[in-house]
Amino acid sequence: MVVRNCREVKVQSVRFLGTWDEASDFVELTLENPGWESYRPGQFAMLRPKHWGLELPWGRPFSISRLDAETLTVFFQVIGRGTSRLARLNPGDEVVVWGPLGNGFSAPPETPTLLLAGGMGIAPFRGYIENHPTPEFLRLFFAHRVPLANYPYLAMAEKVRAEAMQEHTPEDLPRIIERIRELMDENHGGIALACGPTPFMRTIQEHAVAGGLRAELSLEKSMACGVGACLGCVCKNGEGKHVQVCARGPVFQADAVQL
Amino acid sequence: MDLRVEFAGLVLKNPIITASGTFGFGLEFSSFGDLKRLGGIVVKGLSLKPREGNAMPRIVETPCGMLNAIGIQNPGVEAFLKDKLPLLPWRETAIIANLYACSVEEFGDLAGVLSGEEGVAALEVNVSCPNVTHGGAAFGQDPAQITKATEAVKKRCGNKPVIVKLSPNVTDIAVCARAAEAGGADALSLINTLLGMAVDIKTRKPVLANVVGGLSGPAIKPVALRCVYQACRAVGIPVVGIGGIASAEDALEFITVGATAVEVGTANFLRPDQSFRIIDDLPRAMLKARAADMAELRGSLVLPGQ
Ligand SMILES: Cc1cc2nc3c(=O)[nH]c(=O)nc-3n(C[C@H](O)[C@H](O)[C@H](O)COP(=O)(O)OP(=O)(O)OC[C@H]3O[C@@H](n4cnc5c(N)ncnc54)[C@H](O)[C@@H]3O)c2cc1C
Ligand SMILES: Cc1cc2nc3c(=O)[nH]c(=O)nc-3n(C[C@H](O)[C@H](O)[C@H](O)COP(=O)(O)O)c2cc1C
Ligand code: FES
Repeated sequence: MVVRNCREVKVQSVRFLGTWDEASDFVELTLENPGWESYRPGQFAMLRPKHWGLELPWGRPFSISRLDAETLTVFFQVIGRGTSRLARLNPGDEVVVWGPLGNGFSAPPETPTLLLAGGMGIAPFRGYIENHPTPEFLRLFFAHRVPLANYPYLAMAEKVRAEAMQEHTPEDLPRIIERIRELMDENHGGIALACGPTPFMRTIQEHAVAGGLRAELSLEKSMACGVGACLGCVCKNGEGKHVQVCARGPVFQADAVQL
Repeated sequence: MDLRVEFAGLVLKNPIITASGTFGFGLEFSSFGDLKRLGGIVVKGLSLKPREGNAMPRIVETPCGMLNAIGIQNPGVEAFLKDKLPLLPWRETAIIANLYACSVEEFGDLAGVLSGEEGVAALEVNVSCPNVTHGGAAFGQDPAQITKATEAVKKRCGNKPVIVKLSPNVTDIAVCARAAEAGGADALSLINTLLGMAVDIKTRKPVLANVVGGLSGPAIKPVALRCVYQACRAVGIPVVGIGGIASAEDALEFITVGATAVEVGTANFLRPDQSFRIIDDLPRAMLKARAADMAELRGSLVLPGQ
């Protein structure tokens, strides 16, 4: 049983993985474990530093990147008001954390599993690889814009078969899409798990649905509560009904969600 | 310290009620606190038929608050009674149904469905339907419609207390408060959200798919407090204060101007245990206000010259 709670925990470390330009930093934030024994990779946590006043009333959702007995790690890119403040946290600062939230990815043992990560979408797969019962069946494909050093990719590539493609120019995009389709076709009988920007996810969804391939997609929406209460984060499911991404997702079967 | 409050036939353990739409059906929060400790829970707005709500995006964070245009997405009153209510601790905590409709008849029908339900402690009537009425004003801005909707609910509600929830998007809140009282309301609750808007300058589009949305959170507290103050002076029935309450001190401000209880909304997003923390903090805030109990504090505002 995964027990969900809300706790104040201390920051252990804030590590900058690399800087692409001044405005966008890549940060690995390690906190004390909030008393979680386990989680399902693909689940996320809401974070809100205790010293935040009322100006930013919402917590911020991040995929759980790693969890061990002592620590919880998230990995994020600075993109706005909240993440820029989070990047300025210091060891010892207290952060209110609630989770683990959402459903998480499937992890069938001894099944060829293709991990498709686009940019920051790589975050949940770090823990996925570490927790998988049969990691030798995993294969990682990583599409990225900024240099690899900004991501935890290399550590992951040591554990599973992995390849990365960088998008330097718009002409690179068709090559990346072609490679994703190839990998999905080669993975027949297995499952593909995807996390990344919406156009990336659309490519995967279209190919999976067209070919009848099993795939799961992890979605991102603005979130206020993170627990299914405010109905601010909905997407449409297969029947066209609004469902909360935070509570019914963030992971959806590719053929049962509208992007 | 005795934090109990009584009004309109309800007895609450403490004056902290969670506000409609910000606390789901309560069950979403059961791993963050003991629901039985809350003074009450107002559930998500309920309509006769299920509603899918508005298109996305529906929410945006703003300084000290947020805008929402959810569009009362809900599974319908019948599904609430069947699937949610039995799981709630209604014997220990007041479960208040929030009624959403855009016509007087529908309000009456909703009250009729809920009237016989043992687990429902009271009905809160949300008259903030944005649709324009025959008189030309939006439903909740038309005092005549407020009176009629209140009467329709009172006629069909059995012995349930009826709380009419007012919109602040009016010229004179006192007129609306009196309109609800005239319709037979047992209590008032206010305020609902203030109409607002946000624009993305990169795309030049409104951020919300619905173009406009309701502003809530600490940013609206001064407006809410003023409305509650004016409503309390305008009517003889109890008033529940709502709007930007994020701490025990905030709650006591509303009680000082005359509110009997309060609802906590957007502050539930600061952290999911915030309402429980406010309850924990009430005794300390009461000492700070040098108040012996809630009744003594209620309406004890000292005006200039007094
Ligand atoms: C389930 C889930 C997991 C996520 N995991 C990660 C992760 O591991 N690493 C990471 O870098 N980012 C992740 N994100 C995105 C991250 O939450 C946003 O980048 C962050 O909230 C932006 O906050 P901000 O205040 O800096 O940006 P602002 O633009 O100032 O944000 C304002 C609000 O808009 C919302 N918002 C803005 N951009 C996004 C976005 N792209 N996605 C979702 N909400 C957004 C946020 O809720 C935020 O509160 C995840 C999002 C979700 C929903
Ligand atoms: C996301 C969200 C959904 C809401 N849904 C409802 C609703 O269904 N019915 C209703 O009467 N009020 C609804 N409200 C209004 C709140 O109950 C409350 O009146 C308002 O937010 C002001 O209080 P606050 O500043 O404490 O949030 C909603 C508010 C928010 C933020
Ligand atoms: S963030 Fe509130 S329902 Fe998902």
